[in-house]
Amino acid sequence: MEILKTETHYNFVKLMKPTVILSLAVIIIGIASLIWHGGPNFGIDFSGGTLIQIKFKNATHTDKIRSAFQSSGFEGSIIQDYGPLEVIVRTPERGQNAASLTTDVEKAAQTAFGAGNYEIRRIEMVGPKVGRDLTRKAILAIIFSWIGILVYVGIRFEFRYALGGIIALVHDVLVTITFLSLFDKEFDLNIVAALLTIIGYSINDTIVIFDRIRENARKNIKQSLNDIINASVNQTLSRTILTSFTVFIVLLVLFFFGGQVIHDFTFALIVGTLSGVYSTVFIASPIVLLFEKIRPSGLKRKK
Amino acid sequence: MLKSIRIRAAIVILLCLAALVYLAPSLSTSLPESWKKYLPMDKIHLGLDLQGGMHLVLEVDSAKAVESTLARSINDLKENMMEKRIRFKLTTNAAGGNAAFEFPDAPARDAFDDLLAKQYPDLEVASSGAVEGKGIATVKIKDKRALEIKKMAVEQSLETIRNRVDQFGVTEPEIIPQGTDRIIVQLPGIKDTTRAKSLIGRTALLEFKLVDEENSLDEALKGNIPEGDVIASESRLDRTSGRRNEIPLLLKNRTLMSGDALESAKVQIGDRFGEPHVSIKFNSQGATEFERITGENVKKRLAIVLDGVVHSAPVIQEKIAGGEAQITGSFTMEEASDLAIVLRAGALPAPVTILEERTVGPSLGQDSIDKGTWASIIAGILVLLFMIAYYKATGLIADVALTMNMLLLLGVMVAFKATLTLPGIAGIVLTIGMAVDANVLINERIKEELRLSKTPRAAIEAGYKKAFLTIFDSNVTTLVAALFLFGFGTGPVKGFAVTLTIGILVSMFTAVFVTRILFDYFVWNRKIEKISI
Repeated sequence: MEILKTETHYNFVKLMKPTVILSLAVIIIGIASLIWHGGPNFGIDFSGGTLIQIKFKNATHTDKIRSAFQSSGFEGSIIQDYGPLEVIVRTPERGQNAASLTTDVEKAAQTAFGAGNYEIRRIEMVGPKVGRDLTRKAILAIIFSWIGILVYVGIRFEFRYALGGIIALVHDVLVTITFLSLFDKEFDLNIVAALLTIIGYSINDTIVIFDRIRENARKNIKQSLNDIINASVNQTLSRTILTSFTVFIVLLVLFFFGGQVIHDFTFALIVGTLSGVYSTVFIASPIVLLFEKIRPSGLKRKK
Repeated sequence: MLKSIRIRAAIVILLCLAALVYLAPSLSTSLPESWKKYLPMDKIHLGLDLQGGMHLVLEVDSAKAVESTLARSINDLKENMMEKRIRFKLTTNAAGGNAAFEFPDAPARDAFDDLLAKQYPDLEVASSGAVEGKGIATVKIKDKRALEIKKMAVEQSLETIRNRVDQFGVTEPEIIPQGTDRIIVQLPGIKDTTRAKSLIGRTALLEFKLVDEENSLDEALKGNIPEGDVIASESRLDRTSGRRNEIPLLLKNRTLMSGDALESAKVQIGDRFGEPHVSIKFNSQGATEFERITGENVKKRLAIVLDGVVHSAPVIQEKIAGGEAQITGSFTMEEASDLAIVLRAGALPAPVTILEERTVGPSLGQDSIDKGTWASIIAGILVLLFMIAYYKATGLIADVALTMNMLLLLGVMVAFKATLTLPGIAGIVLTIGMAVDANVLINERIKEELRLSKTPRAAIEAGYKKAFLTIFDSNVTTLVAALFLFGFGTGPVKGFAVTLTIGILVSMFTAVFVTRILFDYFVWNRKIEKISI
């Protein structure tokens, strides 16, 4: 079986302008959406607060749940459905003592629903101090991974490639954030893990094409970089489609059957990998070309 | 050629066997006795999100430890100055880490400076001045010493909490320091989280203080607390209603004895009501001290105070020798045994606050495992089928590599005691993606070479050679990202990073090394015209 019967000769470089405009448009929509929503929808990992996940035996009305926890410091709580007969109760901050959280919740639930009619599946409490700390660490993790990749690719290839790769993966992270914001998904630690995976995947994809560009450039020193890039993207196209397709199958299965807990996580990964393929083809390589135009380097041609 | 294939195959088979040995305890519960004796028995270490349990982040209020050290030094200093007949007035007593003295004249101030320099190397004058002709000096603990005390407080807290948890009987607890003043406590599979929290978070400072019976409690409750006294409350159980009542008591602030001198604490059942109480025993030094204190205070009430709450305040009938005492207080059996545990493990040098708490119920964990495992299996099978459909016989080689990948990944995780978390399962699935990518890269290259009408053997040779660098570069860059995840990540993110890192390394091995053996074997010594690819 073969996806592409013959070698393709699409002119990807020519599509650079419209695709850059498309990408910018998506990112601008993302920024607008973030402003509209008043910033990212931070989960308790980052904003601090409490979360209770309860599974009921019988259908229970939201109002009843809300009033049950009212007295335990869960006044302004958000109640979300979480699968059948299961809800999540979230509060940004809770005045009461953290030490008594579990007891308070148990007591409130027992009084309102009666023992045996419910099961508390998860209780989480993150203090504001820890929330700030986790946010800082998450941002550091992302920035340092960018720097690490920049340095590694810069050494292994050339600085322009490193820059092209980084811009492509920053693009993917921004696109993912855009979609998370549009669908009003929550930002938590798992999403950070997803963003970092996307970074890893995106750079993985980009490197494969860069590698081919480097190889072709060495083989054919007379050819223009424009043509080399086009040829390289075309040559690796069947691999790009194939790999992305398998990763996509896996992610879809996880999305539909992996359970609620990793639902948003896989959503982010699906958006990120799609964006990763797109940016590899339409963003990373043209940027290398752009830098070649701004500041031609003879380096590549010498070898 | 054949020899090289055999050696390489032997390496791979040995590794797979090792992985199987490590995985066996996780897969089967009925391993023979001889296995338990000689072979590893570790199971796959599941994160709290998968097996349920409690995760706590505690902060040690180490400034409090500095404060109480200062308070002790100031007490000593006060007595010392009174002995030396230095005139002074203590205006602030160690609150906020500072103590302020007032001196009526210069000689008193000089004598104080002299004493401080000679006998209190840890203390220093933070600021001094004069108000209305009186000299004022603020004393604090030297910064360097304060840092030491803070560090010690965290270390001691860690040790104490570890002791308590060990005695509580949790399997595989994890108690690790984080940063300068935080402690992470992970208790897998715990059910009674409230009890565990009170056990861990309790300061457990045991003090013996005299009840002030000369001054009026009513007056004190109105706000006229006599100098050197303090109001505490006694928690007493009303046997008829079953409710706990708080009864205020006026105590002398001075601590006659603390829990430092304890040798043991155990639960005993009382003769009269069959009620549990905690009997404590002092070490020899403590016993002598206790004998002296009780001898000096016969017919007075001695309050047993734990974390500021009076548990009982019996009247001392006679001098108590032997160093044994009882703490009664209408406990349930659980309360009594928890109290005994915290007393044995000792007091925390500073109070702790709970900054973060995550409790996952066992059923949620089980649900997550089930769903995650099933999704992974389905996804895995789909990928395997897809590879065969696309690459035919060569796809089968890739499938062998992928299956081996999974085996080795899980085996390595057990061997290194890495934790499998829910995002970790996603990490595994992503690893499959990376491994597939490596195979695709190689196979596509071989295809390209075949199109250039090379012989199968030459095409394989060239395909691997050309694909290797790409695989290496792309995997290492992902590895860089994974390492930063590990370095800065917390909790589930870290678990994910561990799985991804191991996964990348293993997939590079299986995709490049293992598949090559199979390719080499099939084309070796055979005049193969065509590769099924």
